[in-house]
Amino acid sequence: MDSQLIAWAHAALQALLFVAAAPLLTGWVNRVKCHLQNRAAAPVWQPYRDLAKLLRKRMVLAENASWLFRDVPYIVFGAMLLAAAVVPLVAVRLPTAAIADVIVLVGFFALARFFTALAGLDIGTAFGGMGASREMMVSALAEPAMLMAVFTLSMTAATTNLSIATEYILQAGLVLRPSFLFALLGLAMVAVAECSRIPVDNPATHLELTMLHEAMILEYSGRYLALIEWASQIKLMIYAVLIVDFFFPWGIARDFSAAALAISAVAVTAKLMLLGVVLVAWETVLAKKRLFRVPQFLGYAFLLSLLGVLSHVVLETGG
Amino acid sequence: MLAELSLFSQAIILFAALVLLTSFIMLGQTRTMPLIFTFAWQGLLLAVVTVLVAHVSKHPHLYVSAALTVGLKVVLIPWLLHRLSVQLNMQYDSEELAHPSLLLLGGAALVIFSYYVSLPIVHLSGLATRNTIAVSIAVELIGMLLMIVRRTAVAQVIGFMSMENGLFFSAVVSTYGMPLIVELGVAFDVLVAAILFGVFFIHLRDSLDSLDVNRLNRLSEADDAVPLPETISAPPTGTHS
Repeated sequence: MDSQLIAWAHAALQALLFVAAAPLLTGWVNRVKCHLQNRAAAPVWQPYRDLAKLLRKRMVLAENASWLFRDVPYIVFGAMLLAAAVVPLVAVRLPTAAIADVIVLVGFFALARFFTALAGLDIGTAFGGMGASREMMVSALAEPAMLMAVFTLSMTAATTNLSIATEYILQAGLVLRPSFLFALLGLAMVAVAECSRIPVDNPATHLELTMLHEAMILEYSGRYLALIEWASQIKLMIYAVLIVDFFFPWGIARDFSAAALAISAVAVTAKLMLLGVVLVAWETVLAKKRLFRVPQFLGYAFLLSLLGVLSHVVLETGG
Repeated sequence: MLAELSLFSQAIILFAALVLLTSFIMLGQTRTMPLIFTFAWQGLLLAVVTVLVAHVSKHPHLYVSAALTVGLKVVLIPWLLHRLSVQLNMQYDSEELAHPSLLLLGGAALVIFSYYVSLPIVHLSGLATRNTIAVSIAVELIGMLLMIVRRTAVAQVIGFMSMENGLFFSAVVSTYGMPLIVELGVAFDVLVAAILFGVFFIHLRDSLDSLDVNRLNRLSEADDAVPLPETISAPPTGTHS
């Protein structure tokens, strides 16, 4: 009973750490991007300042905003909070992972996206509707690819529980799995599309005709905008941690001792920083695609994930 | 299971999967130059697989096959195709695919089909590389799909060469390679084919002004009311000037 309590306490602490560290990852990505593009960089904690500023500011609400518009920021943030609680950041064997597996995680993302799209439509502006329709198009194509990539990993680990899957991969040691390579590439492409990064969307743009995610949340301000921005930062962090957990899990703590947790914290920070640099390099060498090219991009992501499943069946299980 | 194999055998499977990936990249690649480079990469990955198989199975003649593959399919044939496309000034050409996503899914369906077809062989075989037989058949079939869906002559030649890659691949993984004399013969044939294709390109370009092979299907009399200029200016048959 006592160890159970400790495990739950750790899970709760880890989820809080997840939420608190998410703006830091975004700040790091922005900073590296500025350096790479020869611009003067804002400090790493700039996203915290932005969030604090937005939380202090007064809100401007449209007259015809319904209860839906006012509740959506909380729903989105709540969904991301729950999703973050499931993903092992510094330690495996989370009791929360037993409640919600990786398919539910995809469901949380879908829930948040659905309500954001509804909020975009709620006010009735042209941009909100346009953004909502574009976002739904992207997500309808990205979700199967993500599920396929996740299935590849679950088939190898024989579970959809994120904690157990990570532990399995950790125990197996170095095995060259072609299916993991394909799933990694597929998942990375999906992550790029879902986190509204280049080449699918440009996170920095406010040009109305090119934006996807930004167009939906154009009407939000103040505290609501802060919650939505924070939620999208958590989403980026979740995808980054998922990639790290599945493909490079070395260093993550398998028990709750202080030494293991410290090593794990250092390892995961280093891995996330490295992943941030890779993301920035990718965003710097690519240009944003036209919207009608996006289905093709996500088609490739789906194909890679599908190849992951196929190569698992064909090459790895053995006749 | 994969985890029970040695690291070298795992590497064979990994590189076999990468060969399959290059096949899919070729299927989706519409520009001429990257297509040729992808073909060269496929040859290189195939050579790596061959070297690994040679190392694991202790068949030294496979090193010769790998060297032949590198010489022919990584260096010589891509270089020939590259030179030809620069000569014919089509290095920036790209063709529009009608349904790119559908095409890729078709490729995936071919993988499933070849898995199904090779299942009895896999059950009979005791080789460490038996699982990759399905992949090698898939590489062959995807090469054929490339030849079917593409209209430009260069892409069709690449598809043909990729099919040959698949054949060589399946020989290596299912029986540890063909006898060396057969392999030498096939390699020579492929080289001759590449040169013949070059001549064919130039003639196609001269007579049709394009490398779109669909235009070979049309009769010039049926489409053009006016006769082509060269038929007017050509001297009547039987007279020599």
